[in-house]
Amino acid sequence: MEQYEPDRLSAAQRAAMRRSLTNGRASLTRRSLLRASAGGALAVGGLGTLSACGIPAAGKSQGGVSAEDHSAKEKTVNFSNWTEYMDVDDSGKHHPTLDQFARRTGIKVKYTEDINDNNEFFGKIKPQLAAGQDTGRDLIVLTDWLAARLIRLGWAQKLDPSNLPHAYANLSAQFRSPDWDPGRAYSYVWQGISTVIAYNKKALDGVEVTSISDLLDNPKLKGRVGFLSEMRDSIGMTLLDMGKDPADFTADDYDAAIARLQKAVDKGQIRRFTGNDYTSDLTSGDFAACVAWAGDVVQLKADSPDIDFLIPDSGYVTSTDNLLIPNKARHKTNAERLIDFYYEPKAAAELAAYINYVCPVDGVKAELEKIDEDAANNPLIIPDKAMAAKSHAFRSLSSKEETEFEAKFAKLTGA
Amino acid sequence: MSTLTEAPPPLAPEAPEPKPPKRTGRFTPYWLLLPGILWLLVFFALPMIYQASTSVQTGSLEEGYKVTWHFATYWDALSAYWPQFVRSVLYAGTATILCLLLGYPLAYLIAFRAGRWRNLIMILVIAPFFTSFLIRTLAWKTILADGGPVVGALNTLHVLDVTNWLGMTAGDRVLATPLAVVCGLTYNFLPFMILPLYTSLERIDGRLHEAAGDLYARPSTTFRKVTFPLSMPGVVSGTLLTFIPAAGDYVNADLLGSTDTRMVGNVIQTQFLRVLDYPTAAALSFILMAAILLMVTLYIRRSGTEDLV
Repeated sequence: MEQYEPDRLSAAQRAAMRRSLTNGRASLTRRSLLRASAGGALAVGGLGTLSACGIPAAGKSQGGVSAEDHSAKEKTVNFSNWTEYMDVDDSGKHHPTLDQFARRTGIKVKYTEDINDNNEFFGKIKPQLAAGQDTGRDLIVLTDWLAARLIRLGWAQKLDPSNLPHAYANLSAQFRSPDWDPGRAYSYVWQGISTVIAYNKKALDGVEVTSISDLLDNPKLKGRVGFLSEMRDSIGMTLLDMGKDPADFTADDYDAAIARLQKAVDKGQIRRFTGNDYTSDLTSGDFAACVAWAGDVVQLKADSPDIDFLIPDSGYVTSTDNLLIPNKARHKTNAERLIDFYYEPKAAAELAAYINYVCPVDGVKAELEKIDEDAANNPLIIPDKAMAAKSHAFRSLSSKEETEFEAKFAKLTGA
Repeated sequence: MSTLTEAPPPLAPEAPEPKPPKRTGRFTPYWLLLPGILWLLVFFALPMIYQASTSVQTGSLEEGYKVTWHFATYWDALSAYWPQFVRSVLYAGTATILCLLLGYPLAYLIAFRAGRWRNLIMILVIAPFFTSFLIRTLAWKTILADGGPVVGALNTLHVLDVTNWLGMTAGDRVLATPLAVVCGLTYNFLPFMILPLYTSLERIDGRLHEAAGDLYARPSTTFRKVTFPLSMPGVVSGTLLTFIPAAGDYVNADLLGSTDTRMVGNVIQTQFLRVLDYPTAAALSFILMAAILLMVTLYIRRSGTEDLV
């Protein structure tokens, strides 16, 4: 799609725009537009037929439902991932690490970049998984809360540790035991995502920002502050600022955080809640400071000297994108071998050098230094001790809490 | 011309009596209708029934959803989100009027005055459609940026003081205000206004204008008594084509607006994809459809237009 892009934009802006259009966690897509407004006019007859279309309960099955594993016969694995989440060679057609995997194991990877948005992708695979059918995918990458939901619904398969020696040995301590998947029985981390405060030095014009409180209270930043439309990131950062732990908070704490943000919305402090499109607001200076994803900031910073980030003293929220094998996948063993491959430090380093997110693999630093010294010393890619100490995960929510909290957050953001 | 005077050649004696045209199958019209009917059934009627069913269900993702004829969802949705409904109608209405004010002179120019430039101007009107809707909307963020020349000029000319007074903007910025959303809607739907207007203006016989002039009508009277009434089909279909999608739009409000500019489309999206409250989302969609249908029916009745272009 490169050729359709206006070339007067800088590389970072282009990447930001492309991400916000295709890769946004909360981005708008034509498809979500169609789905959201599914329903064109009024023409309903036969109310009797209506009762026939209830949505069946999610099939509950501990350990997920496996299909017959065709891995030995069919040397292939279907891998669905987010766009721009994999290393690419100069021609833009080959993924060097995937090619290495294929050469070594003889397993061909059918790599598809068909995940644009967690919510939307859930809508896409839900009908098949609910009906106990194969989604046609052996390996998918989902952000932790959605991974947790799939595991909760019994829609993900339990992994076989004997196929995952590197993954077991090299997974970083901070990702080892999330409360939604203790001991990583169902999932492994693809990349970690740090939520930080990003700012535009020129737009700040000397105003000092060190914390979320500054964003919410400093009158000099009125109308020039952005928060993320991803509930866990915005609320998590606010909870930390209020001295609460996002890994362990009560419903009252949640309401207090909402009230704190609501006050800022009411007085016009917060300009808007954004998906990935905050990157354009930040580069243009419309946002002086905002809550942001570190992976984006690394790229923006490389291109614009005005952009920088800070980690508040109160800490920051870490989330993860996770590899899962959905129910009924045909090539489970092959998928497990692919997961394991990316936990070898060399492959992990090659990936990390390309995509700028938090690498979840221990021992990758030495390998990464050989490829890209700057990246190896960037705490946003390989967190140092100080950085890791401030990292906090958002606790998993029950289905009821999730609906309730999302509804309250939706009200905060205007609908 | 000589052929006219010639006698028609005599019919060949062996030619049989001309048969009446062979009756095609009685069902031919239905066969021709079939693809369209199937399309409507699969992609319109079935989703509609499914949606109607969803709107009266209760349950959760884990327990499944069952039809419980819970009609209260409609009332709850309406009482919780009526401000977004009112806002949608208001924004879409304002954008439609702006589109008409901007589009009519342009369509008039293209139809009557453009001469050899006509095709070029038409292409310019349609050209934005060659890029994605989202890219075009995002471009407005650059155009209307706080530090940008447009906002600077509006501030210098004190235009923003007026819009502040009207409640369309707040402070010295345009982005993330109702004004930006209305501008975005106006821009994105303008071609839907211009094209039908142009088609109906272009159809007007030029001799009617000459006749009006011969009867001593001033140009303004000609416009009032001849041109405008004849272009009514274009005005009606243009306003419908603009208003209906604009009322359901959520992209402009999302990208150019803020928390206080969310429209009903945004609510439906959030309820459906994020909160996973499918019944509320479905009920909202139906209320929106019903409201638009009602408004459109009244409008068409009032404007009394028989043929829409």
